Amino acid sequence: MADALHWIGGTLIALGALWSIMGAAGVLRFPDVYTRIHAASLTDTGGATLMLLGMGFMAEPGLVMLKLFFVWAFVMLTTPTAANALANAAFSSGHRPRIGNFQIMSGDDEPEAAAKGGRGP
Amino acid sequence: MTTPFLDANFVLNAALLLMLLAIAIAVVRTRSLLAAILLMGVYSFIVAAWFMVMDAADVAFTEAVVGAGVSTVVLLGAILLTRGEVVRVNWKRQVVPAALVLAVGGTLIYAATGLPGFGDPASPANSHVGRTYLETTYADIGAPNVVTAVLASYRGFDTLGETTVIFAACIGVALMLGFGPRAAPVPAVDPTGDHHVALRVIAKLLIPLIVLFAFYVQFHGDLGAGGGFQAGVIMAVAVILHALIFGLAETTRALRPSLMRSISALGVVLYTGVGLVCIINGGGFLDYDHLFTPRVEAMIPPGLLGDPDHAHHWGQHFGILIIELGVLLTVAATMVSIFYGFAGRTIEAADTGRRP
Repeated sequence: MADALHWIGGTLIALGALWSIMGAAGVLRFPDVYTRIHAASLTDTGGATLMLLGMGFMAEPGLVMLKLFFVWAFVMLTTPTAANALANAAFSSGHRPRIGNFQIMSGDDEPEAAAKGGRGP
Repeated sequence: MTTPFLDANFVLNAALLLMLLAIAIAVVRTRSLLAAILLMGVYSFIVAAWFMVMDAADVAFTEAVVGAGVSTVVLLGAILLTRGEVVRVNWKRQVVPAALVLAVGGTLIYAATGLPGFGDPASPANSHVGRTYLETTYADIGAPNVVTAVLASYRGFDTLGETTVIFAACIGVALMLGFGPRAAPVPAVDPTGDHHVALRVIAKLLIPLIVLFAFYVQFHGDLGAGGGFQAGVIMAVAVILHALIFGLAETTRALRPSLMRSISALGVVLYTGVGLVCIINGGGFLDYDHLFTPRVEAMIPPGLLGDPDHAHHWGQHFGILIIELGVLLTVAATMVSIFYGFAGRTIEAADTGRRP
């Protein structure tokens, strides 16, 4: 039984690591700020959830599990907020998404910024 | 159990050190000071993780909060006051500094080969002084955490010096930048509407939790990792987070710069006061065994902290508690004061249009 739990936990942690590597690849390869933020925040939320769940399977029942739950809750509160703040700052400083019909989103008040949207600062 | 192909500890150490090396190279190579500051924050986080691997939880705490948190924010404030690009320097002027760096680095690497192995029980540090502390602390002090006992009791005078240095840093920064905004900052109004609802809601949830965690680190210092320094910086982070999200005007209205500067001094006074009380009661400076006169000590109920065995350590318990409180006050108020100094100047520069 304990052995089975150990295997389940290990598999989940490995999946979380794989998820994080996918997120890192996304940060490097995606075309503009917003898609990159999306990839980065997936690493924080999805990858961390899988890993913490895996650790929960491997841990002794009790205080350690409760602590893991609190770590998870903290990560779930903070990282989406950080992604939101990043995207907000990017949008306020004139970055416009490269993919999709961004003219509707931007309200068309800054055509120059929209034209060169997506470039790094 | 068979020996694995690669030792897990070795892989972990190698991965963390390689990451540190990569980040250090990136910091040197980047032209943008902003990117360099953020990379230094990442560097500090990885160093903190590495300290955790080496079981140095107290240092890891401090490194994560100060290195990655407070100093990043303060440096970002400084970058707003100056230009954000590296000035290109002729390579001929870099030859002598480069030679110096290589010589010092080479010497350090050469010296490192002579150090004892990590955790070696036969090393000089572990076999003489360190061993004595481990053997006598519980009988002398009654504190389960030897780190706290050494820091606050055996070497209380050194820690008083450190606290005073931090207070001096507060004064030094204040003399250059001021204690805070010289005029009351006007709350910034964003004409395009409120973009920061999510940030504010989450910050309102988190700031009380951060302060609560700081108190836990403070009062848990006797038992586990933690103490005044760590708790102080964590508490300062709560205030700095508030200022970053709700604006400096709101924060200085709640915690005035003059209050912060008084608290910073109060911490040192509290620490020194404990030492003086010990002298008055017939002991040496910071000799906590003489903190209470025998008459006062007899009035303390034996089971106050749950363990009747340690009734004869009341002076040590309360001495450490009070001086750690002094350290907490000085460290937290100093961090906030330094932040106020930089942030106040940034607002001023933005108002007068001097920002490049």
